[in-house]
Formats: sequence, structure tokens, C-alpha cells
Amino acid sequence: MPDHEHYYHAPDLARFAELGKGSPELWEKFSAWYGAVFAPGALSAREKALIALAVAHAVQCPYCIDAYSTDCLEKGSNEAQMTEAVHVAAAIRGGASLVHGVQMRNHLERLGM
Amino acid sequence: MPLLPTLAQQRHPLAPGAAQRARLAEVPVGRRFEEALAGHGLWPLHATGIGVLQVNLGKRCNQACHHCHVDAGPARTEVMAPDTVDACLRVLAEHAIPVLDITGGAPELHPDFRRLVTTARGLGRRVIDRCNLTITQLPNYRYLPAFLAEHGVEVVASLPYYQARETDRQRGEGVFADSIAALQDLNAVGYGQPGSGLILNLVTNPVGAFLPPEQGAAEAEWKARLREEHGIVFTQLFTITNMPISRFLEHLEARGQTAAYLDRLVRAYNPAAAASVMCRDTLSVAWDGTLFDCDFNQMLDLPVDPTRPQTIHAFEAAALAGRPIVVGPHCFGCTAGAGSSCGGALAS
Repeated sequence: MPDHEHYYHAPDLARFAELGKGSPELWEKFSAWYGAVFAPGALSAREKALIALAVAHAVQCPYCIDAYSTDCLEKGSNEAQMTEAVHVAAAIRGGASLVHGVQMRNHLERLGM
Repeated sequence: MPLLPTLAQQRHPLAPGAAQRARLAEVPVGRRFEEALAGHGLWPLHATGIGVLQVNLGKRCNQACHHCHVDAGPARTEVMAPDTVDACLRVLAEHAIPVLDITGGAPELHPDFRRLVTTARGLGRRVIDRCNLTITQLPNYRYLPAFLAEHGVEVVASLPYYQARETDRQRGEGVFADSIAALQDLNAVGYGQPGSGLILNLVTNPVGAFLPPEQGAAEAEWKARLREEHGIVFTQLFTITNMPISRFLEHLEARGQTAAYLDRLVRAYNPAAAASVMCRDTLSVAWDGTLFDCDFNQMLDLPVDPTRPQTIHAFEAAALAGRPIVVGPHCFGCTAGAGSSCGGALAS
């Protein structure tokens, strides 16, 4: 199947910087901000990579999952720690759905007798 | 669990160094290592001296690890002959080379290991033993911790991770438990204990096709975990990159990851690490006496520059000290990220 028939294509991750062609100034600002975000600060680079991995699962970005799975390993995290991070993302996603049940209950109360 | 068969035992097409070089040469990597060095004035790369004589006593080992660049294992028969050991000691006696770095295989299996250590220490040389740890748990080798301590040998011990799962996955089932017992034995004779003067450094290499973590941060975590969970102390942690040669190359090939891994190494090229690569200060001696720029070139059958003495028996310090270094695409493994060497990371 030709590449253009896939919505997601793994080698496209390496082409991310091509976004700069459309707007170099915005790309440079994004790149500088992105680099600063992941630099060690109040959180370590390792902790930030684990957060990124969890968020990647929450937003279901396959490029980010590949990139931050590697990055977590290269920051010294192990499979168990990474799996727990993914469970955190999944729990928040699941909890976020479930907590809307209160909205449902509010509606039921309004409509019910 | 049976030990992994070596590539040599399997008669694997990638067993010969020349076959590995040919495979690496096929992989499109964007730029040659020479070009990367030339980009900041380091090409041609020359040795700056001989600060370390690294002697590989042979390919015999009691383990068979998935990443092993030596393709070592119990069935390997290549070991250094006594007259070659003599030649190494003669070079140490006649030249001011401060460090003898003993490696293998498991170098302690060699019948001349003790003679090499005691003679070199008698000459006042700093001696490093690259120890796989589990060797100290075999009945005939339980003497090792006390022997190494008595002679003030620095121990550089392999341990891929501070947990069993990752360690055993790379080095074989039960290796973590034996390694922990070995580290406790070494601690018991003083190794790694503050003020003892007995240095116990650990070497970790990634359990897979990725770069090692930042050495300082990893060391802090390792020290905390090994102390809390096993009461173990050690001096320093060295992070080392897996080299895309021998068994690790076969591992990459089997998963179709060779090109991606080499690309990862090339993209992570660090000029600061390149300036400090260990081959500039190290001369590597193979089990048969042949001279190499490093242990990796040794496994790829890439001897020192052909205009220089080729064996330890023909050693000439002046000719070898400033020799041009022989390089290839695998060298990107020593210059990726924070760099990699037998002494760990090369740059912050």
C-alpha cells in the first residue's frame, strides 16, 4: 500500500521539522519552547519523559508513544515504571469519563420525579 | 535455562569480523565517521599516547550474554598463550604505561590471570579487572574477592540493571541473583566501601536498542536502589553504549533494527565525546597478541594501522603512541550522546 494511504506513517516522525517550511518563525518558537519544557528543572528530565509518555497515551499519538518510549528508556526508566505511567494516563481518561456520570445523575434528577 | 549459543558455535554468517564489517558498510547512515570527525578538525584521528594497555585474555566465559561484542561463551577455546602474557608483562616492565586493563571473556578463567595481576602490581601498575561478577560464585573462583583486594585491583563489574528482570533478560536466568551475591562478597572484603581504597565500579549497558541514560543521574538512582534493596555499595557507575557488532548486531539484524539503531547513533554524534574516545589513549592486545586500537576493532578484525607494529611481540612505543586510529561506522557507538568508553561516559 503506498505510504500516502496511511494516516500514520512511522518515518514521518523524522520529518516533523518540515512544519517549519510553512512558518519558520512559529516553528523556531515552538522548538525553543519545547526544548525548554523538557530541560531538567523542578522536575528531572526522567520524570518529564514519563509524563510525556503518559500524555502521549492519553492523546493517542503514535509518534509520541514511539518517541517517548525510547526517551524513557534512555533516561533510565524501566518497563514497570513506564507501564505504571500508562496506567495513570488510562486511569485519568477512564475517571474523566466516569466522573461525567455525575452530570448524568444531575440530568436524571432534573427529569425524574 | 541453557546458555545462548555463540555465533561461532552456530557457524552464523555474522560470526567473522569481516562479515560484520561488510554488513555495517551496507547500511546507509547519512555520513561516514571520518566526515563527522573532519567536521570539527579531528580527522585523521591519532592516538595521543598509551595510557592503558588493555589485554584481552580470551573469549572463554562462564556466561553468554545477548549483547556480547566478544561473542564469548564457555565453548570458546581462544585464550592467550603464556609467551604472549610474558610479552604483555615485558612491555609493562619496559615502558611507562600506567594502567593494565584486563578483559575477556571472563579473564579470571585464564590460568595466568593471577600471574598477570601480581606481576603488574609488583611493577607498580594500576590494574583493572573487567569482571562479570558471576565468576566469583563458581566453586574454583571464590578466592577472587580476597585475592583482588589483597593486590588492590580495581574491579569494573558488569551489571546491566539494578533489577533482576532486565539483567537476566540480557545476561541469562539467575545472573542477577549471582551478581548481587558477588557484589555483597566484594563489599565484604572492602570493595566500594568509603575509605577502603578498593574501587568497585559498575558498568551498565542498555537492555535493548537505545542509548544509555545520563551517567550521573543513573548513578544516584542505582546507588539508592542497590543500597536499599541489597545493602550494596559501589564507587561509580559507568554507562556504556551497545556496539552494533557481534551478538548485538545479530540481535539487531534478527529484528530488522540495524539501520534504525545506526541512525540513532549517527544522529546523536557528539563532537565533545569524539575528542575523548578511549582509543586515543588505549592499546588493545588480542588473545593471539595482535594489536588493535580498541576491543571493538579487535572483534571486527581491524588491527592497528598497517604501517605500525602488529603484535605485542613487536611492540615499539614510539611507533604506536601516535598512530592513526582505524575507524568504521561502529565508532559512532563511542561518540553518541554523552559518549561511551570502558570508563563510561566521555562528556556531560
